[in-house]
Amino acid sequence: MQFGIFSVSDITTDPTTGRTPTEGERIKAVLAIATKAEEVGLDVFALGEHHNPPFFSSSPTTTLAHIAAQTTTLQLSTATTLITTNDPVKIAEDYAMLQHLSDGRVDLMMGRGNTGPVYPWFGQDIRNGIELAVENYALLRRLWREDVVDWSGKYRTPLQGFTSTPRPLDGVPPFVWHGSIRSPQIAEQAAYYGDGFFHNHIFWPPEHTQRMVEFYRRRFEHYGHGAADQAIVGLGGQVFMRRNSQDAVNEFRPYFDNAPVYGHGPSLEEFSTETPLTVGSPQQVIERTLGFRDYVGDYQRQLFLVDHAGLPLKTVLEQLDLLGEEVVPVLRKEFAALKPAHVPDAPTHASLVAAAGGAKDATVYAGGDDVTGQAREEAEEVEAR
Amino acid sequence: MTTRTLAVVSAGLSVPSSTRLLADRLTTATVEALRERGITSTVEVVELREHARDLADNLVTGFPNTSLRAAIETVTGADGLIAVTPIFSASYSGLFKTFFDVLDQDALTSKPSLLAATAGTARHSLALEFAMRPLFAYLRAAVAPTAVFAASEDWAGGDGVSRALNERIRRAAGELADLVAGLPTAPPADALQGPFGGTPSFEELLRGN
Repeated sequence: MQFGIFSVSDITTDPTTGRTPTEGERIKAVLAIATKAEEVGLDVFALGEHHNPPFFSSSPTTTLAHIAAQTTTLQLSTATTLITTNDPVKIAEDYAMLQHLSDGRVDLMMGRGNTGPVYPWFGQDIRNGIELAVENYALLRRLWREDVVDWSGKYRTPLQGFTSTPRPLDGVPPFVWHGSIRSPQIAEQAAYYGDGFFHNHIFWPPEHTQRMVEFYRRRFEHYGHGAADQAIVGLGGQVFMRRNSQDAVNEFRPYFDNAPVYGHGPSLEEFSTETPLTVGSPQQVIERTLGFRDYVGDYQRQLFLVDHAGLPLKTVLEQLDLLGEEVVPVLRKEFAALKPAHVPDAPTHASLVAAAGGAKDATVYAGGDDVTGQAREEAEEVEAR
Repeated sequence: MTTRTLAVVSAGLSVPSSTRLLADRLTTATVEALRERGITSTVEVVELREHARDLADNLVTGFPNTSLRAAIETVTGADGLIAVTPIFSASYSGLFKTFFDVLDQDALTSKPSLLAATAGTARHSLALEFAMRPLFAYLRAAVAPTAVFAASEDWAGGDGVSRALNERIRRAAGELADLVAGLPTAPPADALQGPFGGTPSFEELLRGN
């Protein structure tokens, strides 16, 4: 089982001080949080993609590449990559590059994005969200798996003899998770390809998560990728901890009461009952998290949200200390003891390369002029003129 | 004997409430009308007053809490709906509207429904037709032709309810009973059962269906 954190990259006023961090401060804070995640023994850091305030993360590959350079074991992911409004050609190129730079420590989580106005900024329409997710991802898969692609579709210009570069590291594309809260079509898509399915599992009752995961598992089996309990499932979670649980509640309450997502609505206690939010001692977080398995089965990746709603960097780093020292080691042991042998671990670059029969150099060498990039015949034509 | 379920949504705010009183009269009349058609019925009442805070929370968080979810499932799972609201400022109350705002937009499609309202004076009676009926038309509910309005003066008759109101309740209940009685007895079999049973297969999604 992989453990990590995911950030939605919000810039939110700290309600206890009234101070709002600058973009620069928040960006640097997220870098500190990511490197700390590796230091304390977590496996994964995942970063959201947004193109509107109050979020800063519009360029996940730039950010993740920087983090890759500062870390050695941390798996880097997105939460999520907008498969609807990004050009699949650019996703193929950017993440293959990140894969090389990070020595294979990268996977992606696809998402549609639910902010209507963002779509037209990138020439799209939110009403086509599902169709865009289907068509763009089908193209993305081909760009990573086929050296030369001829393609035409509804939502972008056709491709003739196109080669996306760099080719995936060792000839193996990054593993892909599909994230969705409510759209069964996305669970269906993940199942069809045998990809992972990630449910954000925060801000919503567990029943939603359970229904979606069950549906994905059933369809994963239907498409012949293995038994339902062998499907690759990831979950989010939201925690705030102090050694003494009442301290955790007292400290987190003003952040909860003013959070953009649920603030000014239900009480912290009500929301903790209705959703997987856990505010308390490390032991309470351990018990609650182990309980996730009761309704989704054995799963492969657990990511916690610990850095939103204006929590200061110092507090977030303390959360990571508690996760690394007291929570994750116990969860690792307990989940491993419960997991039957036939349930696979989350795929990694190493496991995918092994499954592909070993690494291969996937470079596509052009036959032509290696300075201008022109094909030989074109170059000769130009010379002859 | 066939059995059907009726859900009653009452948005009255006081206890006792004339809105609830009207809802109860309509319910009794509908149960009786169904019995005449050979159908027994079970009734569940949702008092929106008890969910006032739950509804506000749902607006903020995007999902119903356990208590409100049970109320929503009562309504969406019923064979027929009786919806009664007081008229405030020329329309249904905000509490009443909020309940229907937090339902999934398809949750009441083809649901046999009876609409009713209460107010201080008869001058509000057309709110049923220009506010309440359009709301249920948007939700694509199957609304009975007769809607029932009761002003304060209607409760002043000799038996507690004026003869005209009684007659109107009887007619509306009969219309709702006809709609409920006409429902098919078993849901059609789908290829994919369970939640998300209507999801297109990925082959269909790829073809753009």
